[in-house]
Amino acid sequence: MAYDKFNTLTSTAVPLPLENVDTDQIIPARFLKATERKGFGDNLFRDWRYNGDDTPKESFILNNSVYGGKILVGGRNFGSGSSREHAAWAIYDYGFRCVVSSFFADIFRNNCLNIGVLPVQVSAEFSEQIFNAIYDDPNTELKISLEDQSITILSTGATESFEINSYKKENMSNGFDDIDYLQNIKGDIETFAKGRLF
Amino acid sequence: MSKTLFDKVWDSHVVRSIEGGPDVFFIDRHFIHEVTSPVAFLGLKNRGLSVMSPERTFATADHNTPTINQHLPVEDPLSANQLKTLEENSKLHGISHWGLGHEKNGIVHVVGPENGITLPGATIVCGDSHTSTHGAFGAIAFGIGTSEVEMVLSTQCIMQPKPKKMRINVNGQLGKGVTPKDVALYIISKLTTAGATGYFVEYAGDVFENMTMEGRMTVCNLSIEMGARGGMIAPDEKTYTYLKGRSQTPKGDAWDAAMVYWKTLKTDADAQFDKELNFDASDIEPMITYGTNPGMGIGISKSIPLSEALGGGEKTTYKKSLDYMGYHENEPMIGKKVDFVFVGSCTNGRIEDFRDFVSIIEGKQKADNVTAWLVPGSHVVEAQIKEEGLLDIITEAGFVLRQPGCSACLAMNDDKVPAGKYAVSTSNRNFEGRQGPGSRTLLASPLVAAAAAVTGVVTDPRSLL
Repeated sequence: MAYDKFNTLTSTAVPLPLENVDTDQIIPARFLKATERKGFGDNLFRDWRYNGDDTPKESFILNNSVYGGKILVGGRNFGSGSSREHAAWAIYDYGFRCVVSSFFADIFRNNCLNIGVLPVQVSAEFSEQIFNAIYDDPNTELKISLEDQSITILSTGATESFEINSYKKENMSNGFDDIDYLQNIKGDIETFAKGRLF
Repeated sequence: MSKTLFDKVWDSHVVRSIEGGPDVFFIDRHFIHEVTSPVAFLGLKNRGLSVMSPERTFATADHNTPTINQHLPVEDPLSANQLKTLEENSKLHGISHWGLGHEKNGIVHVVGPENGITLPGATIVCGDSHTSTHGAFGAIAFGIGTSEVEMVLSTQCIMQPKPKKMRINVNGQLGKGVTPKDVALYIISKLTTAGATGYFVEYAGDVFENMTMEGRMTVCNLSIEMGARGGMIAPDEKTYTYLKGRSQTPKGDAWDAAMVYWKTLKTDADAQFDKELNFDASDIEPMITYGTNPGMGIGISKSIPLSEALGGGEKTTYKKSLDYMGYHENEPMIGKKVDFVFVGSCTNGRIEDFRDFVSIIEGKQKADNVTAWLVPGSHVVEAQIKEEGLLDIITEAGFVLRQPGCSACLAMNDDKVPAGKYAVSTSNRNFEGRQGPGSRTLLASPLVAAAAAVTGVVTDPRSLL
């Protein structure tokens, strides 16, 4: 599914410093019953965000109007567990375009890259600096440049670079996905398939 | 150049490598189910694409299915719609579909191997993280997202950078009552849930060589819980014996040709790993988890660890986890209250798991305070339970055998553990709310589950063997 191009993003951010945030928390399994990709943002972090009677839990960060923006800053090992791409969809659909963490689970990171959410992995120290800056001033903006592969805390000027492979970088900056690429080399794939033992 | 088992299988499936990017990676077998495939099929439709290799694609319904009265219409309209959508998409694209009620229906990672779809040296994907199960046969198998399901449907390829390689050796003899599940939970407790992220694991050593295929599947299944994309074990005579004659395995000359290839599938003596870990089998006891991720496991005779050694963020997360469980540091696990017992899932829903369960409950009675859900991984497993006479023992002890499906592992159907209740589960994840909103999960082996089911509290199964 095509997505918006990603170049530079400057935005305030929502801090969620918990570690090992798994995809069952990002979107619980009972909300995976759709056959179309829409509406998942409503159930992002459902059980942390709402009580059993669907009233908002005031203590949860998404229900705190002081914090907002297009960047979610998570703790270490963000997105572990289930391969459900619905977790990345929920994050995108809610309005986030970038997730920052000091460590991402593998499949989640891949899913994000495939749907246009940029996963930015930073050092533990830089992650700490981001949390501190946001807690000092919730209006603190982060600037993420895909071109430069850099993330900057605008209030302090602190900056760090992040990794992304050149193929995915080009895809994200153009809004392409892997199917576009694979379709173009289908002939090669068909030839390869003919030589398989099983 | 010397190669690992993983290198051999990976390298032979690379259609092309992109400089500074991923490999275009060919997929031999693609499993699909009702939850993660509908949006992929919708993507195909929107792009006007077809399924490239229906004969390499296998559909089964499992995540959403009820585990009682499967002959009746599915009550939940959303679940029913997903099941119907899978059936229609399969029919439209000529994909074999083992839906609800089909004699071969069951959990995708149980039915794949038992029908011989899973083969050594194959590459296998599915929109489900526990696809790592199939690595037990020496396949490269891993979970993918729905965008990738669409890629595989349309081009039989995905784009993946080659992961790093880790070998985990466990040598020595396992003690009484220590099962493959305990070996896996032990390793995860040592590595944490992020310890193998970015790696593909090969399991080696006496313990895995001596393990049954069912046990190897349990271990490989849990690879994802240490963060690894997958895990694999070199195929051997046990693997070939298991596979020979199953409905979808190669036959005749094709089998012989496959065997020539399969015999090459082992790590060369001097091949290098990016990381290598060694554990001693005698250090492992029956395991149980006390927290909200699979890395929070301890030997069943131990007490809940203290948080004093943990740093800031880690400590907050740890305390939140114990709060959720209603537990405190330094409490013993033995004797903890149990409300539910769940035996099943792609981790422990095979015949051997039910044999283990029965070995403890035989001649005893289900504890009155426990609700037990015994859910076979497939109809084939269900039939085996009956043939071996296990069902009679199960029934006499006051238990009921349900029908196959993922069930309470992720509680997408009606099998939900109520808020605040404790469940000893043979499944794979003890995340908050995994088995129903507010549910509290203790992951363990079928032996530990059985011991809890007849005593009503967390009990060391070695005392009942």
